[in-house]
Amino acid sequence: MAAFLLRRLVYLLCLVVVSTSVAYLLAATQLRPRARYEGRNPPPPVAVVDARLDELNMNDKVPVLTRYRRWGAGLLRGDLGRTIDNQPVNAEIGRRMWVSLRLVVVGAVVGTLLGVAAGAYGAVKQYQLADRVLTVSSFVILSIPAVVLGVLFKNAGIGLNNALGFKLLYTTGELTPGMDPWSAAGLVNRFAHLVLPSLVLIVIAVAFYGRYQRNAMLDVLGSDFLRTARAKGLRRSQALIKHGLRTALIPMATFFAYEFALLFVGATFTERLFGWHGMGEYFVESVTKNDINSVAGVTLFVGVLVLIAGFLSDLAYAALDPRVRV
Amino acid sequence: MRVTAPGTPLLSVRDLSVSFRTEAGLVRAVRSVSYDVAPGEVLGIVGESGSGKSVSSLAVMNLLPGHAEVTGSARLNGQELIGQSDDALSAVRGSRIAMVFQDPLSALTPVYTVGDQIAEAILVHETVSRGEAMRRAVDLLHTVGIPNAAQRATAFPHEFSGGMRQRVMIAMAIANRPSLIIADEPTTALDVTIQAQILDVLQTARRMTGAAIVLITHDLGVIAGIADRVSVMYAGTIVETGSVDDVFYRPRMPYTLGLLGSIPRADAGERQPLTPIEGTPPSLINLPTGCPFVPRCPMAQDICRREEPGLLPIAGREPADTQRAACHFKDDIEQRQLTSRDIFPAPLPSSDAVRSVPREQRQQMLVVQDLVKSYPQMKGAVLRRKVGEVRAVDGVSFDIREGETLGLVGESGCGKTTTIMEILNLGRPASGHIAVLGHDTARMSGAEKFGIRRDLQVVFQDPMASLDPRLPIGEILAEPLRAHGVAPERVSARVRELLTLVGLRAEHVNRYPAAFSGGQRQRIGIARALALEPKILVLDEPVSALDVSVRAGVINLLERLRDQLGLSYLFVAHDLAVVRHIGNRVAVMYLGRIIESGDVDEVFDRPAHPYTQALLSAIPLPDPHKERARVRIVLKGDLPSPANPPSGCRFRTRCQKFANELTEPQRQRCIDESPALLPRTGSPDHLDACHWATAVEVL
Ligand code: SF4
Ligand code: SF4
Repeated sequence: MAAFLLRRLVYLLCLVVVSTSVAYLLAATQLRPRARYEGRNPPPPVAVVDARLDELNMNDKVPVLTRYRRWGAGLLRGDLGRTIDNQPVNAEIGRRMWVSLRLVVVGAVVGTLLGVAAGAYGAVKQYQLADRVLTVSSFVILSIPAVVLGVLFKNAGIGLNNALGFKLLYTTGELTPGMDPWSAAGLVNRFAHLVLPSLVLIVIAVAFYGRYQRNAMLDVLGSDFLRTARAKGLRRSQALIKHGLRTALIPMATFFAYEFALLFVGATFTERLFGWHGMGEYFVESVTKNDINSVAGVTLFVGVLVLIAGFLSDLAYAALDPRVRV
Repeated sequence: MRVTAPGTPLLSVRDLSVSFRTEAGLVRAVRSVSYDVAPGEVLGIVGESGSGKSVSSLAVMNLLPGHAEVTGSARLNGQELIGQSDDALSAVRGSRIAMVFQDPLSALTPVYTVGDQIAEAILVHETVSRGEAMRRAVDLLHTVGIPNAAQRATAFPHEFSGGMRQRVMIAMAIANRPSLIIADEPTTALDVTIQAQILDVLQTARRMTGAAIVLITHDLGVIAGIADRVSVMYAGTIVETGSVDDVFYRPRMPYTLGLLGSIPRADAGERQPLTPIEGTPPSLINLPTGCPFVPRCPMAQDICRREEPGLLPIAGREPADTQRAACHFKDDIEQRQLTSRDIFPAPLPSSDAVRSVPREQRQQMLVVQDLVKSYPQMKGAVLRRKVGEVRAVDGVSFDIREGETLGLVGESGCGKTTTIMEILNLGRPASGHIAVLGHDTARMSGAEKFGIRRDLQVVFQDPMASLDPRLPIGEILAEPLRAHGVAPERVSARVRELLTLVGLRAEHVNRYPAAFSGGQRQRIGIARALALEPKILVLDEPVSALDVSVRAGVINLLERLRDQLGLSYLFVAHDLAVVRHIGNRVAVMYLGRIIESGDVDEVFDRPAHPYTQALLSAIPLPDPHKERARVRIVLKGDLPSPANPPSGCRFRTRCQKFANELTEPQRQRCIDESPALLPRTGSPDHLDACHWATAVEVL
C-alpha cells in the first residue's frame, strides 16, 4: 500500500515538473514584457529596458533556455522570481491564495455535499417529478455562463438590500475596510460578504456534481449487490445508504479532488465580479500584463494543488475501495 | 422450528402477474402463475431466458424495480406478501425467505468483507453483538466448506473464486435458518465440477435448516437430481408441472417434450439426433391470443390460435395425480404415448461415409505437436518487470483427421482457448509445431498463410460480438468472398446459397444482425465461416450462449454440414454432453495439458484419468432415476494458479484417487514425476496422463 502511494507521488511530481516547465517555456516565448516599456511615452532607452528586464529575468534577448535555467535555480531555492511590477511572486501568491481559499472553501464543500445529495436523490427518484425538476434546473444552470449567473445573484443581492432598506449582503470585497477582521462584528461582516459569491459557486457545483453523482448512483441502483442487500432484509433506504452510496462515491472521489483544485483558479469570474483579489484574478491579470514569472508561478501553484488533490483522491480511493489495496 | 399443519403449503402463489411498462409497450413478463411449495420440498422452476422464471420469484420477494406492476397473491404461511410495505417485507426477507443469486461476483458488495456481509444478514434480524454475529459468520463459512474460515472472513469478494463466492451467498442465505430458500440460477456461471460442489452445499444447507428450496434454472439436468417437483415456464406462464418423474418421463406439453428431446446426453451410447424446436420464444409485448407456443408447435391446430389452454390435469389419471399441462392436446399425447421424436421432426442420422474409412488412412487435417504458449507475468505499475512465466499451454499434442470432430474440453483456465488462438494465429509457436493440411505454420510465407486461412475458419461463442452490427448480413457474408477474390458476379449467388445452407431465408440478405435472434446470428456466423469452402472449422463454444431449445438446431446444423461438406472440426467446449453428441474424438485439458484423449465413446464410457472421471461424474443428467442413484465424485477446492502449478502430476492437489486410494509410495510418484500421456488401458488409441490410471464407468 505504502509503495503504491509512493509510486503515485513520484509520478505526480514528474507531472508537476513537466507541466510547469512547459508553462514557463510557453509564457517565456509567447508573452512580451518588453511591450510594457515600449508602449510608454516617451519610450525609455533600450539599454534601460534591457537592464530592467534582465533584473526580472524576462529579457527576450537572453536565450530562453538560459532564462529557464535561472528561473529553475531560483525555484529550487523556493524563489518564484519577481512580478513585472518588481514584487516577489511568492508574496503575491502567499497573499492571494488565502483570499481564494476563503472564497471557494465554503462554496466547494457545501456545493459538493448538496450535489451528492441531489444526485443520489435524483437517481432514487429516477423519472419522477423531483428528478425531472432537478435535471431540468441543472441543465439550465449549466447552460448559463458563470458571469451571467454572478450578475444575476449580485443584482438579486442589491435588490434585497434595497427592499430591506439596509445593507444585509455585500457585493464587493471580503471585508468592509477599517473593520477589525477578527472581532465578532468583523466575522459577521465577512460572512455577509461571502454569501453571494458562495451561492454562485454552490449553485454551479450542485448542478455539476449532481449530474455526475446521479449517473454513478444509477449504475449502482441497478446492481445485483444492492438486491442481495435487500434480500438479506435491509430496507431499501438502508441498503441504498450502506451499500449503494459508498460504492457510487468511489468514482466520484477522484473527480471531486481535482475539481476542487481547479476551482482555485477557476472561480475567476466570481472573483472579479465580487471584487475578491484571489488567484483567478491574478492569473488573468498576469497574462494581460505579459508577466512571465507570475504566469509560471500560478501554473506551478495549480500543479501542486492538482498533485495534492491527486494524492488525496488516491488515499480516498484506497479507503473506499478494497480492490485497489494490493 | 415453525410448525405447519400437514398439507398446508409453506408458500402459496396465486394468479401472480407482473408487467413492465417500457417504451416499446407493456411487457407481460409473468402471466397468472400459481404454485405451492410444501415445507421442506424442492421445487424446480425451469425455463429459458425471458420465460419469467426469475421475475416471478423476485416479485414474491418484492425485489423488482419500482416500475414493475405486480398483481395476484403470494402467501407465506398464510401471510400475504404482495402489496406489503418495504418495512414489513424486509422483516421476512433474509429471515424466513432467503435468496441465492446467479453471478456471485456482482451479487456481493465489493467494498465490504465477506464476513461483514454475512454478519450483517444476522444483525438486521437479531439483536446480538457484532462480535457474536462475526463468530457465527465464521461458523457459517466453515459450514459451507470454506477452508480457514476465520481468516477468509476478513477477505473481500474479489479475493474469492466464483465457486467460493457462491458458497458465501449460501452461507448468507442460511444465516437466519429460513424456511424457504429461493436459488436463482445458482450454478449457471460456474464450471461443472464447481457446480457439483455448489449443489452439494445447497443440499447440506437444506438438511441443516430443513428449508424448502425453489430452484430456478434453465438446466434440466440440475433439477433432475434434487427437485421433488418441477414447473416448466414458457412465455411468462407455467405450461407444465408435476412430480419430477412425471415431467421427465411422461411430459404432456409439447414444449416440455421438445425441451427434453433437444438436450444432448453425456450418457447416450448410441447417438440419437436431437429434436430441435424451430423458431424462438415469442416477444412478451403484444402477445397474441391463444397458446404462446403456436408458432413453434408442430401439433398446433386452429383451436390453439383461438384459445390459450389452461393448466389442467391429464384425463384418466388418479385423482391424487399432481401433473398438469397447458395444451389442448395433452390427453391425446397421453393416450398415444407420444415422444418428442413423434412430435418434432428430427433430422435423419447423418451418413458417416468419410469416417467409415479407418482413421489411419484418412488425411491429417490439423496436427499440433508439443505446443507451448507462455505469458510473462509482470509486476509493477510504472517500472514493469518480469517476475515469472505462466505456461497457459504446456506441451499439447493432438491431430484431427478428415471428416472428424475433435472435442477439446476442460474448465475455465485449462488453456483450451489459448490453444486455439495459437492455432488461428498461424505463427511460429514458442515451442512445438502446428501443421495445417500438412503445412508447418512456422515455415509459412505470408502468401501461404493467406491461402491457408481459406481452409481454416473459425466460429466464435458470442455471435453478436463477432458480427458488425452496421452491415446487412449480405455484406457480412460477401466480405470474405471479395477479400479472397471471388468474381463479383458470383458473390451474390454464393451469399444466397450460404444462407440457405445454414437454414436461413435467402430473402433476408438485407437485414441487419440486430433483426435476428441468438440462434440465427450463430447461423450467420457459421455461414460466414463457410463462405470460402474451408476444410477445417475451429468452433469456440459455438452453442454455449444459446438457449436450450435453439441449441439443438445449431448442433444438428453443424453435424449436417460436417458430413455433407466433409469438414473437420476442432470443437472447443466446456459442456461435455455437447461434445459427446457431436464429437468423434475428445481431448480433456487440465492446467495447460491434455490429460486424457481418445475416441469419444471410449473416453466417456471408460474414463481412465481421475479428473475425467470427476468431470463426467459432475455432469447433471436430465434423468431423475439415474441422477438419484448416482454417487458423485466431488472434487476438492479450486483450480491451482497456472503460474505456480503443483509438482509432478498437476492434478494431485485435487485428485480423489491421490487422496483416498493410493499408498504413500504411490503418492510420492505423483508428487515427483509428471505422468506422460500414454495408452495405459489396453486400447492403443486411448491415452491418459495418470500413473495409476484404471478405466472406470461413471455415467
Ligand atoms: S395448445 Fe396447441 S400449440 Fe399449444 S402446445 Fe398444445 S398443441 Fe401446441
Ligand atoms: S498421477 Fe496421481 S495425482 Fe495424478 S491423476 Fe493419477 S493418481 Fe491422481
